[in-house]
Amino acid sequence: MENSVLTVDNFSAFFGDHQVLRDINLSVPKNVVAALMGPSGCGKTTLIRCVNRMHELLPNTKVAGRMFLNEKDIYTMEPIVLRRKVGMVFQKPNPFPTMSIYDNVIAGYKLNGIRRSKEDFNTIVEQSLRAAALWDEVKDFLHRKGTFLSGGQQQRLCIARALAMNPEILLLDEPTSALDPKSTSQIEELFVELKRNVTMLLVTHNIGQAARVSDLTAFIYLGELIEHGPTEKMFTVPKDKRTEEYLTGKFG
Amino acid sequence: MEGHVRARLVKNHIFKGIVMLFAFISLLPLLLILYYITKNGISVINWDFLTHLPRPIGEAGGGVFNAITGTIMLIVLSCVFSIPFGIIAGIYLSENKEGKLSSLVRLCVIVLQGTPSIVIGIIAYVWIVAPLRTFSALSGGIALSIMMLPVIIKTTEETLKLIPYHLKEASLALGVPYHKTILKVILPSGLSGILTGILLSVARITGETAPLLFTAFGNQFMNWNILKPIDSLPYRIFYYAMSPYPEWHTFAWGASFILVVLTLALNLIARGVSIKWKIQF
Repeated sequence: MENSVLTVDNFSAFFGDHQVLRDINLSVPKNVVAALMGPSGCGKTTLIRCVNRMHELLPNTKVAGRMFLNEKDIYTMEPIVLRRKVGMVFQKPNPFPTMSIYDNVIAGYKLNGIRRSKEDFNTIVEQSLRAAALWDEVKDFLHRKGTFLSGGQQQRLCIARALAMNPEILLLDEPTSALDPKSTSQIEELFVELKRNVTMLLVTHNIGQAARVSDLTAFIYLGELIEHGPTEKMFTVPKDKRTEEYLTGKFG
Repeated sequence: MEGHVRARLVKNHIFKGIVMLFAFISLLPLLLILYYITKNGISVINWDFLTHLPRPIGEAGGGVFNAITGTIMLIVLSCVFSIPFGIIAGIYLSENKEGKLSSLVRLCVIVLQGTPSIVIGIIAYVWIVAPLRTFSALSGGIALSIMMLPVIIKTTEETLKLIPYHLKEASLALGVPYHKTILKVILPSGLSGILTGILLSVARITGETAPLLFTAFGNQFMNWNILKPIDSLPYRIFYYAMSPYPEWHTFAWGASFILVVLTLALNLIARGVSIKWKIQF
């Protein structure tokens, strides 16, 4: 518990009267990839959207319980401050269409009015694009629009944009579900690389992806956390019958 | 080929022919207007006509310089009033799709769009001309800006609605506050649509005469003061065309020509902007 980056404590979430998450308890230690898997509609996306408080932007939502990011209570922080510490990558690549590749990477600084010198920005852009394994492909046309890139490249640009803010945790909401197999495998390799510096929470409904990239896996079903633990253990000797059925493709 | 197949093909051709014919007929009025105005108007157009003030009857020459500058001034004034209000109202409507205030605003926009322009002129007279005790460019600009509002609000709303929600999420997830997300991410992404709307609304009001009759009033002298009456192209056309002098009738054609060219240019620019600055998501 002491060095866990994210701690979820008896957490529930609601859409109106409908309870989407039931008393979730989870902790994610530093520098791992933790995968959340489960069938569609089980609440895994809601869970990570509660981590950066994007859930509350939708009408009629409420939450109960607590969450801690590096021992600070997420729900007493200002959402704007919190979201600068938590990076997020979405299902569909969403670079800003009006900005160049360069400006997209430092969008978190530019849009928030955080000033840095030109040299600092150059370093941040290069480091983030290198970390997202995109630097070599785009270094010669950094000032072109980001939307000219391929889907996979756009998604890595979005990862670079999140990394540029030095997030304490990176939330990945089915980041490869809109991509082709080649881009998917590139991005999966990237996660394994990134783990040395960043903690990641990955939502996926691709069981294979969870097995390939994650260290920890949590299985969520109908809003409940059924079981969680080291990925290898969970995939070889699942404790719960429902986990086993899900992993062997009986439902989901 | 069998008989009934051939009959069908013939029917097909006839149908195609009718569709094309009707499409052409609907173009005809516009083509005729352009032809007529060009034929009667272009002979009047010369440097003197564009750069001189109207002269009293009996004196040869004279032009519509004050009407051209007046129209430009009215356009600038009406843009100053309508653009900020229109865009902000459009943002409100696209951000609040449901809710009492939005549906009320939407209803008002529709009603305002259907309000006869002469009525808007009377309102501007009561609001501005009467209290200030003078006809003025300001009152004309305000009357025209009320006519521009519905177009700007509607196009802004429709443009912003088409911007994918995930762009807004991307910005909010970076910790960007809501107002900066709207101003720096959403508005720039919709810029081409909003600009197109503004240009089209300007094209629409450029030719309006009715609301100017008792606001801007018309003025045969040069005027740069927004608190004094001002001339405009449509008013000048009305004035010349109503006169009993044949020479002034040709002036009316000339002024019409300038007005039509101006409106056409605005429409073409609007098209260009919407194609060239289109943002790909």
